[in-house]
Amino acid sequence: MINFVDLWVYLSGSTLLWLTVTLVAYIAADAISAACGRHPLANPVLVSVVFISCLLVLSKTAFPSYFAGAQFIHFLLGPATVALAVPLYRHLPEVKRMFVPMIVALIVGSVISITSAVLLAKWFGLSKLATLALAPKSATAAIAMGVAEQIQGNPALTAVMVIMTGISGAIIVTPLMNALRLKNYAARGFAAGLVSHGIGTARAFQVNPLAGTFAGIALGLNGVLTAILVPLLLPWLLG
Amino acid sequence: MLHAFAVLLGLQLAGEALVRAVGSPLPGPVIGLVLLFVWLVTKLPLPQETGAAADGILKHLSLLFVPAGVGVVQQLPLLGTEGWKLLAIILVSITLSLTATAVTFAALAKLMKIDSEAPERKQR
Repeated sequence: MINFVDLWVYLSGSTLLWLTVTLVAYIAADAISAACGRHPLANPVLVSVVFISCLLVLSKTAFPSYFAGAQFIHFLLGPATVALAVPLYRHLPEVKRMFVPMIVALIVGSVISITSAVLLAKWFGLSKLATLALAPKSATAAIAMGVAEQIQGNPALTAVMVIMTGISGAIIVTPLMNALRLKNYAARGFAAGLVSHGIGTARAFQVNPLAGTFAGIALGLNGVLTAILVPLLLPWLLG
Repeated sequence: MLHAFAVLLGLQLAGEALVRAVGSPLPGPVIGLVLLFVWLVTKLPLPQETGAAADGILKHLSLLFVPAGVGVVQQLPLLGTEGWKLLAIILVSITLSLTATAVTFAALAKLMKIDSEAPERKQR
């Protein structure tokens, strides 16, 4: 007869189990999002993260054993960042035409995003580690974690802030833009990608292809700008 | 697909190496992004399926954030005490930056009378 305890002990320690769980949870979450007509609250990242986290807590699985399997997906953030050069190049004509509005909006958005997060964190009396984790929150995960290392922050905590920012932005961007009566989808998408990186970009593609394109551009540009600005602004903001 | 993936990984590796070598403040993958962009603009030879490989990996970009997001289970003690403050700060900060970015972009595009659709589009 099969000993289920032994079987579980074997499987829960194997990289295959948690890799498969991550993939299947995401496929299910994406199907739920589609079934809800891509409602912002049915965000696939939010649903998968909540589901897998509950599973880990209930099965008393430590995060390192989970990550031993899930790291194969996480690893792809690096090549995905490099791949962003392709849509950027493909839309070079639009990028050139929109160059001035884009660059001005990029600088305004990036500075406000970093400055407001750090100043609010100071005002709320947050710990140094939490403040440092909030500073690069709008950059995509791979970049923000790199910035965190450079500013002696905690990359794992930073990653969680990045995901919280991504999901919150993807949820509020559509109602916020509608409330502002903004109909320029290039502008709406650009804001979504700048503030909410890959998760905002995925959301923008759900709403409108032009918005998605500009979100992808903003994600790439703000990734680079955040990496430059955070180490420059931080001593001044914290001082 | 294999060649294209070798290009993406190779450029990321080159980026990481450059960062270590010159002590650049930019993360390795960002240098990789810049290198690939320069490669595309200068029209150096690239595996034909590079575009398709990039589309493939970017199509499921949100999946790639799930493992890092699950890292939330490690931060539960901190989130228990500072979680609501962190969420409040994130919500205020993103509302400000989303509004500022979109309004600046749309206002300047209107002022300069730029139409967002481009006449021709590059294929690669």
